[in-house]
Amino acid sequence: MDVAIVGIGIHPFGRTPARTGLQQGAYAARLALQDAGVEWRDIQFAFGGSASAGSADALVNELGLTGIPFINVANGCATGGSSLISAYNAIKSGQYDIGMVTGFDKHDRGAFNADPKELGIGEWYGEVGMMMTTQFFAMKIQKYMHDYSISHDTLAKVAEKAFINGSKNPNAWRTEPITVDEIINSIMVNNPLTKFMFCSPAEGGVALILCRADHAKRYTDAPVYLKGATMKSRRFGSFEVFAPSQALQQVDGPTVDASKAAFEMAGVDPKDMAVLQLQDTEVGAEIMHMAENGFCEDGEQEALIQQGATHIGGSMPVNTDGGCLANGEPIGASGLRQVYENVLQLRGQAGGHQVPGDPKLAYTHVYGAPGISAVTILQR
Amino acid sequence: MSIQIPIAEGLFSWPAAKPALLASRCKRCGIAAFPVASSCMACSWQDVEIEELPTRGTLWTWTVQQFMPKKPYRSDETHETFTPYGVGYLELPGGVRVEGRLTENDPEKLYIGMQMDVVFEPFRTEDNGDEVINFFFRPVQ
Repeated sequence: MDVAIVGIGIHPFGRTPARTGLQQGAYAARLALQDAGVEWRDIQFAFGGSASAGSADALVNELGLTGIPFINVANGCATGGSSLISAYNAIKSGQYDIGMVTGFDKHDRGAFNADPKELGIGEWYGEVGMMMTTQFFAMKIQKYMHDYSISHDTLAKVAEKAFINGSKNPNAWRTEPITVDEIINSIMVNNPLTKFMFCSPAEGGVALILCRADHAKRYTDAPVYLKGATMKSRRFGSFEVFAPSQALQQVDGPTVDASKAAFEMAGVDPKDMAVLQLQDTEVGAEIMHMAENGFCEDGEQEALIQQGATHIGGSMPVNTDGGCLANGEPIGASGLRQVYENVLQLRGQAGGHQVPGDPKLAYTHVYGAPGISAVTILQR
Repeated sequence: MSIQIPIAEGLFSWPAAKPALLASRCKRCGIAAFPVASSCMACSWQDVEIEELPTRGTLWTWTVQQFMPKKPYRSDETHETFTPYGVGYLELPGGVRVEGRLTENDPEKLYIGMQMDVVFEPFRTEDNGDEVINFFFRPVQ
């Protein structure tokens, strides 16, 4: 039994002081229900996640108490991907016909301050100032630039493209283009990454309605099918965030593993993908994730990005809605935003950020602490 | 009288004439881990032995932390006195790559492949006057 996405809803990302995170989730949920032409009482189950805005299942207080199983999911930045896979399996198994996946969040300003204890790491690690996701991303791209000759200008071009795409997306947070000079010369955060090369914690909500593929046409003329949905955690030897040490023998990370599994599951190749949403919590992540997901060889990003290949209209458009860089990262909602964007793209409804050429296949990838990745492949 | 205490028990040998970082090594697969763990992260084996890691290694990657982290960061600094600090992974031959603070914070003086020593120095002073010792990586002089 295939699984289809038949309804999508989003609450604009950024800062919305007038609404709680939960209210932003409910806003997105009602739009998704409306998009599928169903009511909340028609929904048989839900999976949802929120890191800082309360329990996702509290959404029933906003949407109505119908008695459905509503399961909370928590997988760091990969929460949305994990929720989606859980819902996919619930329908695939034949247990349910239609359900909802949702994610929302509302974070304080400034970098996340994670607690080492929650990840089984000694308190000393945080006390000395190493419990910082930003340091990991900086050190990973520092090593990658050294090994594969990626330039600082290319780092900045990733952010420049994100803000251009954000300016075309009415639901984005950052909607003003920023020049390469401004990006390179903004305040240094963790060398080699400057302020405008990082995304920020933010707010927002997304909801999706999923159903059995053979029921999809009841709800929409333009169903989008979930052909691949995989999630992997790190193997011994991969270089990951919040790691007090790293094995001498390095192996591929969870992104490589999740990506390969998703392509195998969907029976398609990287070159078949018309539009890509790749985790870009900072510019280095987008660059490295292009190769880790199989879209180029290590080092080819320098030429591809300089040539504009990753722009809307390029040969491999990446993060067409502005990505995390222009939308910010509400942890619970972020992975589902990518899926929302790809459904828009495959329906041809992405407006100013629509990729040309009638796309048929689209790809999403999220990465989260302490070393997990989730991938989806969508097909029109 | 103030004394010197390690930032965490079991992280490195202390007090010691020649202090060193401590690792656990799996008796089945031979993989070393830092900090010491009761089981092997590579193969799940629970029979491990503790050993001292080399005190000189090669910088594998690095960054400089330019802003003061929020809690759980706990130093003596205030936002006014905060000094950016280097962080990197030091490859210790035959052992493991360990993440640690660097004594150098000038990006012009840091490069992948440089040789560094593991040193043990005061990190902060407790209210009772005790000096808290942490490990740092220092460019070979």
